[in-house]
Amino acid sequence: MIDNTVRKLALGNMSVAFIAFILACFMGEYQVLERSGLFESLDSPTVYFASVSTHGVLMAYVLTTFFIMGFGYFTASTALNKPIWNPGLAWAGFWTSLIGTVLAAIPLLTGKASVLYTFYPPIQAHHLFYLGATLLVVGSWVWCAIMIVMFLQWKQENPGKTVPLAMFATTFNAMLWLWTSAGVALESVFLILPWSFGLTDTIDVGLARTLFAWTLHPIVYFWLIPAYTAFYVFVPKQAGSYLFSDEAARVAFIVLVVFSLPIGFHHLYMDPEQAKGWKLLHMVGTFIVSTPTLLTGFTVIAALEIAGRLKGGKGLFGWIGTLPWTNPMVLATILSLLMLIFGGFGGIINASYAMNAMIHNTAWVPGHFHLIFAGTTVIMYFAIAYYIWPILTKKPLFSKKLTLLQLWTWFIGMSILTTPWHVLGLLGQPRRISTVVYNNLLTLSWQPYELAMIFGGLVLLSSACLFLYILFKTQFNASTEVYEHAVEYAEALHPSESVPEYLNDIKLWNKVIAVLMAISFGYPILQFFLMNTYDSSAWGY
Amino acid sequence: MHIDPLEKKWGQIVLVICAFFVGIILFEALFHSVNAPSNVETIDSTKLHLSKEFAEDKLGVSRDDKGNIVVRMVAGRYSFFPKEIEVPAETKLTFRWVSMDVLHGVHIPMTNMSTMVVPGFVAEVETSFPTPGDYPVLCNEYCGLGHDQMWSRIKVVEKEKWLAQHSASKGGNKND
Ligand code: HEM
Ligand SMILES: [Cu+2]
Ligand SMILES: [Cu+2]
Repeated sequence: MIDNTVRKLALGNMSVAFIAFILACFMGEYQVLERSGLFESLDSPTVYFASVSTHGVLMAYVLTTFFIMGFGYFTASTALNKPIWNPGLAWAGFWTSLIGTVLAAIPLLTGKASVLYTFYPPIQAHHLFYLGATLLVVGSWVWCAIMIVMFLQWKQENPGKTVPLAMFATTFNAMLWLWTSAGVALESVFLILPWSFGLTDTIDVGLARTLFAWTLHPIVYFWLIPAYTAFYVFVPKQAGSYLFSDEAARVAFIVLVVFSLPIGFHHLYMDPEQAKGWKLLHMVGTFIVSTPTLLTGFTVIAALEIAGRLKGGKGLFGWIGTLPWTNPMVLATILSLLMLIFGGFGGIINASYAMNAMIHNTAWVPGHFHLIFAGTTVIMYFAIAYYIWPILTKKPLFSKKLTLLQLWTWFIGMSILTTPWHVLGLLGQPRRISTVVYNNLLTLSWQPYELAMIFGGLVLLSSACLFLYILFKTQFNASTEVYEHAVEYAEALHPSESVPEYLNDIKLWNKVIAVLMAISFGYPILQFFLMNTYDSSAWGY
Repeated sequence: MHIDPLEKKWGQIVLVICAFFVGIILFEALFHSVNAPSNVETIDSTKLHLSKEFAEDKLGVSRDDKGNIVVRMVAGRYSFFPKEIEVPAETKLTFRWVSMDVLHGVHIPMTNMSTMVVPGFVAEVETSFPTPGDYPVLCNEYCGLGHDQMWSRIKVVEKEKWLAQHSASKGGNKND
C-alpha cells in the first residue's frame, strides 16, 4: 500500500540522496580536471583534497544511506501492504541523519576536514566532521529498527506465511547495516570522538584501522543490496518473465549478509598490525562472499533468457536481441551486469592476497570501485528511481527516450572513465593524488589516460544532470494525467507456499554472524590490549 | 522448497571455482611463503631518532656478515629517507619501514614492494627486483596536502656491480 506517509518518506529521503549525488558529480569532474595538471590555474591541493573528501562522503555515505532508507520505506509498505510503523520515529531518523550531514559538510567544505571519507587517524579533522558523520549513522539505525519491527510484526500477523522476498532482502540489509556500522561506531565513540574533542591526547592507530576495516567491506554490500533486490523482485516482471527461484534468492541474500561481515581484513592485506593467519582467514571468506554474486548473475540472466525466449528469441544468443531493451529497468540491468562482470574480474585480483600488492592503493582501486559502485550499483539506483518515482508522485515518467539515453550515457561514461583509471594503476599511479609531479619517465606515460578520464567524467556529469532533470520533470509535470499503476513484484517460476524457517527469519543468522565475528575479529581486536602498542598524537594535514 | 536442478549445478560450479582460487592462494602462502607484510612488530614512532635500529645513521642499505641485505627506511612527510638508495638486482632484500608521523603507504611501481607504513608498527617486506633500473618510490596513502610530492628514488644495479662496490662490512648507509 502507498499512503501519504510512505510517499513523503520515500521521496524525502531519496531527494536528499540525489541532491548529494549531483553536487558530488560536479566535484568529481573538477577532480579529474585538477589532477590532470593541464590547467595550471586549477592546481591547488587544498581545494582538491577538500573536494575529494566531500565527494567521497557525499557519494559513499549520503547518497547511499538516504537512498536505501527511502527505498526501504517504499519496499516495506508495498511488499507487506502495511503502513509504516511509527512515522514520527522515521522522521526523527531522517532529521538526525540530515543534521549530521550538514554538520559534517561545514568543515568539509571549508577545508577543515580534508581527511577523505576514510578519515584514518592520526590525521585529525575538525570534531564537527566526526560528530556529523556519527549522527548520520545514528539516524540510519532508526530506519533499521523500523524495518526489523515491520518484518517481525508482519510475521506475527501472518503465521506460517513466507515473507515477501523484497522485504526479506530489505530486512537483511537493515540487519547487515547494524552489524556493519558497529565497527565504525566503536571506532568513533571510543577512539575518535574523545580524541577530536581533546579528551584524549593520543590514539591507537592500529586498533582504529582494524575497527574501520570491520565496516569497510560489508558497507559495500549495504550499498549493493538494493541493486540485487531490484534484480530479483523487479527485473523479471519488467522483462516479461519470472523469477527463477525464490529460495535461491533468499540463500543468496543470506550468504551475502553473513559472509560480508567477517572478511574486512582484505582491506588490511598490506598492513603490518595484523598477522598473516588472520588475513588468510578473511581471504577465504572474501571468496565465499563472491558466490552469491555469481548465483545472482546466473539467476538474473536466466530470468532474462526466459523473457527473450518467450518473446520468440531462438538459438544460443537469439534471446538477447528480443529482450525489451527499451524498458529502463531491463536496460539498466543489462548494463549493470556488464559492469559487474568487468568489475568482478578486477575484484578477484584485489581479493587475491598476494596479487593485491601490485595494485594496492594505486589508481586501480578508485577505478575498480567507480566501475562497480558508481557503475553497477548506482545505475540500478537510477532504474529504481525511474520505476518508483511515477508510482510515488502519480505522474507518468517524463520521457522514456531521455531515460534510455541517460542510462546508456552513464554506462559509456563509466567505461571511458574507469578503463584508463585501471591502466594508470597498473602503471603505478598512486590513488588520492592531486598532481602528477614525480620526476620520472613513468609519469609521462600517464598523461593520455588523464585526458580520457576528463572526457569520461564529462559524459557522466551530463548523464547525472539528465537524471535529475528527468525526475524533476516527472514530479513537477503540470499535466493532469494521473499515473495509476501499482508496484509489480516478480512472481517466481515455482511459487513457494512455505519455506523453511531459516529462509524466513533473521534470528538464526544473527547468531551465526555473532559467532563468525567473534572468531574473525575477536583476537585481532583484543591483541591491541595485550600488546605493548604506541599511540599517536594528532597531526594536521 | 524448490531449487532448480540447473541452479544447483551452477551453484556447484561456483563452489569449485571458489575453492580453486582459495586453494592456489593458500598453497602459495603456506608452501611458497607468498605473504603480505604481516609482522605485527610495534615501535615507538615518536622516538625513532633514539632507537637502535632507525636512528639517522642506521638508515639505508646494510649487509650483515652472512650477506643478508636489510634496507631500513623512514617514511615522513613528505619523503622516504634516505631519499636515494642503491640495491642489487636478483637478490633477496628485506625492507623494514617505519613512519615518523602519520599513516603512509609505499609502493615501487611495477614491483610488489608495497606496504602500508602505520605509525607505531614496523612493516617488513621481503622481495627482490629482477630488472636493474631507476625506480620511483611513491607514497600511496593520503598523508596530508603534500601527499603527491612524497616520493624518493631507488636504483637497482646489477648484482656483481653492486657487490663489487660494497664490501661485506656493516653499515653501507647512503650508498657511495
Ligand atoms: C561524474 C562522475 C565522477 C567522476 C568524474 C569521479 C571522479 C573521482 C575522482 C577523480 C576521485 C578521486 C580519486 C583519487 O584521488 O584517487 C573520486 C573519488 C571518489 N569517488 Fe568519484 N567520480 C564520479 C562519480 C562517483 C560516483 C557516482 C560515486 C559513487 C556513487 C563515486 C564515489 C567516489 C568515492 C567514494 C571517492 C573517494 C575515494 C577516496 O577517498 O579515495 N564517484 N571520484
Ligand atoms: Cu572490501
Ligand atoms: Cu602520502
